[in-house]
Amino acid sequence: MSLLLHRIDDRLIHGQVVVGWGQPLELKFIVLVDDDVATSEWEQELYRMGVPPGMDVYFHTVDDMSSRLAQYQSDARAGILLVGSIDTMQRLVAAHDGLRTVNVGGVHHAEGRAQRLRYVFLTPSEEATLRDMQTRGVEVTAQDLPSTRPMPLNELLATSQDG
Amino acid sequence: MSDTPGVVAVVAGHGRFADGLISAVEQITGRGAAFVAVSNTGLAPAELEKRVDLALDQSGARVVFTDLPAGSCTMATRRLQRVRNDVVLVTGANVCVLMEFLFSAEAAMAASVGGVADVAALANAAAEKARQTLVVTGG
Repeated sequence: MSLLLHRIDDRLIHGQVVVGWGQPLELKFIVLVDDDVATSEWEQELYRMGVPPGMDVYFHTVDDMSSRLAQYQSDARAGILLVGSIDTMQRLVAAHDGLRTVNVGGVHHAEGRAQRLRYVFLTPSEEATLRDMQTRGVEVTAQDLPSTRPMPLNELLATSQDG
Repeated sequence: MSDTPGVVAVVAGHGRFADGLISAVEQITGRGAAFVAVSNTGLAPAELEKRVDLALDQSGARVVFTDLPAGSCTMATRRLQRVRNDVVLVTGANVCVLMEFLFSAEAAMAASVGGVADVAALANAAAEKARQTLVVTGG
């Protein structure tokens, strides 16, 4: 089964992930890669509380993943790789040839970001980073839930919305 | 319990969850104004945390009802509890728990001197009663 989704979502573990994707994909584990969360017991406890029974969650720094990704990719269970920022995903993509798809699932409003979709706001720098991933051969799409159409990066970056 | 007369709690959740629950409370009891709604729609975690924080400040309430235990409103409130350790969080909210809490909170307010009530105990009691309203029949 392996890692079925490589998701960027600034909410990390939340309803859309554990229920919206968790149910149809029959997810059994989440690999949460975040340098801050991986070094904070309190943060980890917070996110563990949000994981339903029967689903495991593993916390790692980006550097940890160099020795872990292959193991998760060959796991017999269905899993998801989850990061909170585009930069974190870029570091993973740059370090691992095995990450060929990226799902932009939630990057919300912040200073300097322009709205692309209801759930995607990007700075020019973040757009360039996503384009760089695509240049590396990674298929980048925006999709909040399985029931919605995955939007290719080129279409996403050609889309703009008011407030 | 509250700086704003009549407000007993914040209700926070996905989409229009909070508005919907509060509208049901209003239709049943006429006391929908006892709750303040917060939606997570379109909000980053930090912004959502600010919204919940602001709703607590403006209403004077100390109790937050949320929908999913794993939801972003729950996470935001749990983060707030780190710095606001008097805040009480109830997850898995439904219309029954809101009404139970509303009536017990108002009764406690009326009975207490200076309007101070043990909202954690009231929230626990309301949650316990609301659990009993999940009933399956037929099939």
